Amino acid sequence: MPKFLLLKYYRGGPESPHPFPPMDQWAPEDVDAHMAFQNHVSELLEENGEYVDARALTAERTWVRYGGPDAAPVTTDGPHPETSDLIAGWWMIDVESRERALEIAAYASSEPGPGGKPMYEWIDVREVMWERPTDD
Amino acid sequence: MGAAHGRLSAPVSSGPTYGLDEGALRALVPRVLAGLVRRGEDFDAAEDALQEALLEALRAWPEHPPRDPQAWLATVATRRLVDARRSEAARQRREEVTYAEPVPAVTEEGDDTLFLLFCCCHPDLAPASQVALTLRAVGGLTTREIADAFYVPEATMAQRISRAKRTLRGRRLDQPGDLAVVLRVLYLVYTAGHAGRVDLAGEAIRLTRRLNLATAEPEARGLLALMLLNHARLPARLDSKGRIVTLDRQDRSLWDTGEIAAGVRVLQSALAAQTDEQPPGRYQVEAAIAALHDDAPRPEETDWPQILAWYDDLVALTDDPARRDPAAVLGRAVAVGHVHGPDAGLRETEQLRELLGDRHRWHAVRAHLQELGGDLPAAATSYAEAARRTANVAERDHLIRQAARVRAG
Repeated sequence: MPKFLLLKYYRGGPESPHPFPPMDQWAPEDVDAHMAFQNHVSELLEENGEYVDARALTAERTWVRYGGPDAAPVTTDGPHPETSDLIAGWWMIDVESRERALEIAAYASSEPGPGGKPMYEWIDVREVMWERPTDD
Repeated sequence: MGAAHGRLSAPVSSGPTYGLDEGALRALVPRVLAGLVRRGEDFDAAEDALQEALLEALRAWPEHPPRDPQAWLATVATRRLVDARRSEAARQRREEVTYAEPVPAVTEEGDDTLFLLFCCCHPDLAPASQVALTLRAVGGLTTREIADAFYVPEATMAQRISRAKRTLRGRRLDQPGDLAVVLRVLYLVYTAGHAGRVDLAGEAIRLTRRLNLATAEPEARGLLALMLLNHARLPARLDSKGRIVTLDRQDRSLWDTGEIAAGVRVLQSALAAQTDEQPPGRYQVEAAIAALHDDAPRPEETDWPQILAWYDDLVALTDDPARRDPAAVLGRAVAVGHVHGPDAGLRETEQLRELLGDRHRWHAVRAHLQELGGDLPAAATSYAEAARRTANVAERDHLIRQAARVRAG
């Protein structure tokens, strides 16, 4: 059974067909409905025996690299801190097929936005590589 | 497979007071379970009750080893079932839950494994559920071990198993099942790997051996032969650093000659049982190909013409090109390359481009044939293309090394 990461982004990815304001500008009940839907997706995956993991990331980012011998690590918040892609979190799922992963991602993308309307959010679907060689 | 793999749990494999080793204890699981289900118990409830009885055994047996472990487990599981029914009785009356029809007793003894495999490999279940249920109800593995083997949380695997059992609820389980599905599930278990904490390949061989005690179907023997003949090369497939070693570069002195001999014997008995009306199925054909590879003392001595003939049979098993096994048609292209030259092999792959051109294996096969024909730049590109497409880390690393090696000349 292949595993997939369904990645959600704070920003980046293809242009949204239905742009929304940032969540801190939504009506409180819309925020609640949105959060409840995220939990509902996780519960659904658990019920199906497809759940592996779900995590959210803060929007803080630090790029860091080796500074060279005897030098401190070098850090920056990026070349374009306001516009570059920024991952918000993920579900990891264990499913029968890529088709099933896309189906789940599309469902997750129907999450309610302001006024309870679907957000049509782009979800980045990535297959997780497995470590073990198969015995064939 | 031994105590090192930690079946059931450590005390079982290490407790000398049981008078019963771990393998023998696990062999009792399907026997007891089949007995309960045949008696008319619901599969789901019986499986739960048996799991509880096994846990009870872990607690009780070190102090009080049973005289007849199988009878002990059946008795305790039955007691659990009765308890569960009593506490459920009130709710049942309210909800009018209808239980499955009692299953008529089957007279043949000794085919418990087959009976349970048919239950667990019910065609209504998804392959992942068939695999999980088979490993638990027939293999006697714990949910935790199965979860570990497939790298999912225990709760997820528990949910998958309980959903599968719910699906079976109310299904008639007294009909003969589909043996082809059972064989596919066992092969899935085998190919799922061998390097995890649970030795799934060894488990698959053990289950297929037991299946062969219950059926004379040649394909079941073909599958066992295929597993043995591939498994025999396992010690040579990775080097000391865990890197993949391809067949042509393996140290053949590491191959398990005893396992090869056993595989060949099983294969011969399967092929001997075949008739003109029923030609060998895919597992027998693939086993024959594996046997020919195993038979070559050096790569140059591989009998490629015979391998190609078997691949022709394998591909001919399916009429529709779109439904052919990619591994079969690509394996055949490699054989064509060795018999009729790399260019002929590459022409074969060209015909498969539309169907398989986005698979890593298609690119890997072309890389092999291009290298064989001396076109090193093309081979390097193909190896890199294959590396980009595989979902297996060990294989990707291997393909990248191949690309680098070929580029370096």
